[in-house]
Amino acid sequence: MNIHEYQGKQLFREAGVKVLEGVHCKSVEDALNAYDSLGSKVVAVKSQIHAGGRGKGSLFCPDTGELLMEGGVKIAFSREEVENYAGNILGHRLVTKQTGPEGKMVNNLYVEAGCAIAHEYYLALLVDREAKAVLIMASKEGGMDIEEVAENTPDEIHKIWVDIDAGLLGFQKRNLGNSLGLSGASLKSFFHIIGSLYNFFISNDCSMVEINPLVRTEDEEIVALDAKVSFDENASFRHKNWNELRDLSEEEPTETRAKKAGLSYVKLDGNIGCLVNGAGLAMATMDVIKLYGGEPANFLDIGGGAERDVVQEAFEIILEDQNVKGILVNIFGGIQRCDVVARAVLDTTEKMGLNVPLVIRLSGTNFEEGRAIIENSNLDCHSVETLAEGAEAIVNLIGGGQ
Amino acid sequence: MAIWIDENSKLLIQGITGSQGTFHGGKMIEYGTNVVGGVTPGKGGQNIQISEHNLPVFNSMIEAIEATEADASVIYVPPPFAAEAIMEAADAFDRLKGEGVVVCITEGIPTLDMVKAVSYVNDRPGIRLIGPNCPGIITPGENGGCKIGIMPGHIHAKGRIGVISKSGTLTYEAVAQTMSINEGQSTCIGIGGDPVNGTGFIDCLSAFEADPQTVAVVMIGEIGGTAEEDAAAWAAENMTKPIVGFVAGSTAPPGKRMGHAGAIISGGKGTAAEKFAAFEAAGIHIARDPSEIGAVLKVALEESGLL
Repeated sequence: MNIHEYQGKQLFREAGVKVLEGVHCKSVEDALNAYDSLGSKVVAVKSQIHAGGRGKGSLFCPDTGELLMEGGVKIAFSREEVENYAGNILGHRLVTKQTGPEGKMVNNLYVEAGCAIAHEYYLALLVDREAKAVLIMASKEGGMDIEEVAENTPDEIHKIWVDIDAGLLGFQKRNLGNSLGLSGASLKSFFHIIGSLYNFFISNDCSMVEINPLVRTEDEEIVALDAKVSFDENASFRHKNWNELRDLSEEEPTETRAKKAGLSYVKLDGNIGCLVNGAGLAMATMDVIKLYGGEPANFLDIGGGAERDVVQEAFEIILEDQNVKGILVNIFGGIQRCDVVARAVLDTTEKMGLNVPLVIRLSGTNFEEGRAIIENSNLDCHSVETLAEGAEAIVNLIGGGQ
Repeated sequence: MAIWIDENSKLLIQGITGSQGTFHGGKMIEYGTNVVGGVTPGKGGQNIQISEHNLPVFNSMIEAIEATEADASVIYVPPPFAAEAIMEAADAFDRLKGEGVVVCITEGIPTLDMVKAVSYVNDRPGIRLIGPNCPGIITPGENGGCKIGIMPGHIHAKGRIGVISKSGTLTYEAVAQTMSINEGQSTCIGIGGDPVNGTGFIDCLSAFEADPQTVAVVMIGEIGGTAEEDAAAWAAENMTKPIVGFVAGSTAPPGKRMGHAGAIISGGKGTAAEKFAAFEAAGIHIARDPSEIGAVLKVALEESGLL
């Protein structure tokens, strides 16, 4: 689960991580009031969306498609500039390297006081799945495309792994600070910020915290100018405040609906709807559809042992997708019983109708019962025995690929 | 032989009185697994009737192992308490026996809880953790066998192919593929798709290489992380037995989470293309389509003079 920069910075502030003064705005008027109240001659006017690459993004009018402004993060030197930038950002679509060509509607803005920057660094905390530990990465080459730095000059990325039992130790902070070339007051400030960030990461069940740039000011203070924070959804049961931080407008509504039903759904660009049990098998189903020249419309994992109403919800989601021109149901029952899926598919098609070709593959637990239910019904569908047969059949039925 | 568990392994169920524990307890007993009891804190001293067996319930793993001399435990405990259950099992097996197999089925454990639990298990070298978020481990026998987890028992048969997979249902698909060319399995292990887990590919490959019953291995990976690449590099140096490999997620768009927390591609790392390339470079036989695993395995067995 991702949150906005302005929310991340508020949490940083509460955790003792140094950030600049800033105000969350929803309108141009808010932005002007923020400028007046901050009392800083220079302010940053920052688009708030759940994607990176904002600075190099472009803003478009959602109605006309007209390009309004280059750059989703702007430095304003006057009240007029704040008004101009805020007007170009709010209510418009920001397209960045990470949003895809459709971009994201910007409904939130962050106006932040400026500071005198001496140097920009990169800092990130994440869980390293191979080392099975929290990894802290830092680089002197901040403020730019860190992936490029990692590829061209990997020596410029410094890493430490934290022992979960011992915690972040003094020598580790010192070594990391030294490798960034910090000393004196700035090293002391770095010590403080990295200690607070590590504690923040652990106590908030983060999966990633990225700050690019982390800056050293001319007063030798280390300040977080950025805050990308993602939480580990598995830990939501112990963080009741996450509900307030969640911005549903940033999430695909169907994905939210699916999550509520206990389904795992991701909308994709193709036209073959997939209903599968198990994440690995769901991905493999998409792969095989593509192998036969088709394009999956979605990833959909009904999980293990889904009841009839859950499978119905899943099938409804697929039927409601206007892009779907054919459906492949692929079940290898373990805990999941094939007869439950068969009944749910029948019920849903009876209720909603079926105007696209349907291919069903049932294997594993209770597959005979499942296949019998389908065969003894009036359902217009094709029953197959293997995944490959299923993929080939559905691709052919919709007239080959796209 | 098989690996880690055999037909006689004695199993405890952590969370035995919960609906999952009772349901799958029954399925495991029906398959032939030697279930000797279970643990639910606060319900010790009771007995529970599962599939015509009257099983003792204990308050703690220490009590349960002392009373039953169990070799393994399986965890069906809800996510908030599962990491603690892993550590309790590790502590008890380590203290009382110096060894033990702990299989965690639970899905949705917070990642940082698992960082802690895996570190705890690694401090106790005799303890093997499988999972979490996995179907478990099964060693099919002549009659029944030992099934620890949630996989459908009836699709398996005793044989000479080892199966390792990050995914649940895709493991079943791989098992069905071995059966399609009349090959059974020595042991099948679902290592789970979470970012932080216990036993990994290399542990399994190494055990299969040493196991006389196993002649070839089917390995099913998933996008995300570099475990498949690391396993391929290790296999190139250390495996004499043929391996057939498949990776799910070729078509997953970058940055999208596909159900398994582990299956996230970021920064162009851990893509299916990279993993397939690493497999090829290591001499692993590749199936691009899971429905081809059987055919590819057959070729691999023929090339090695095993058919």
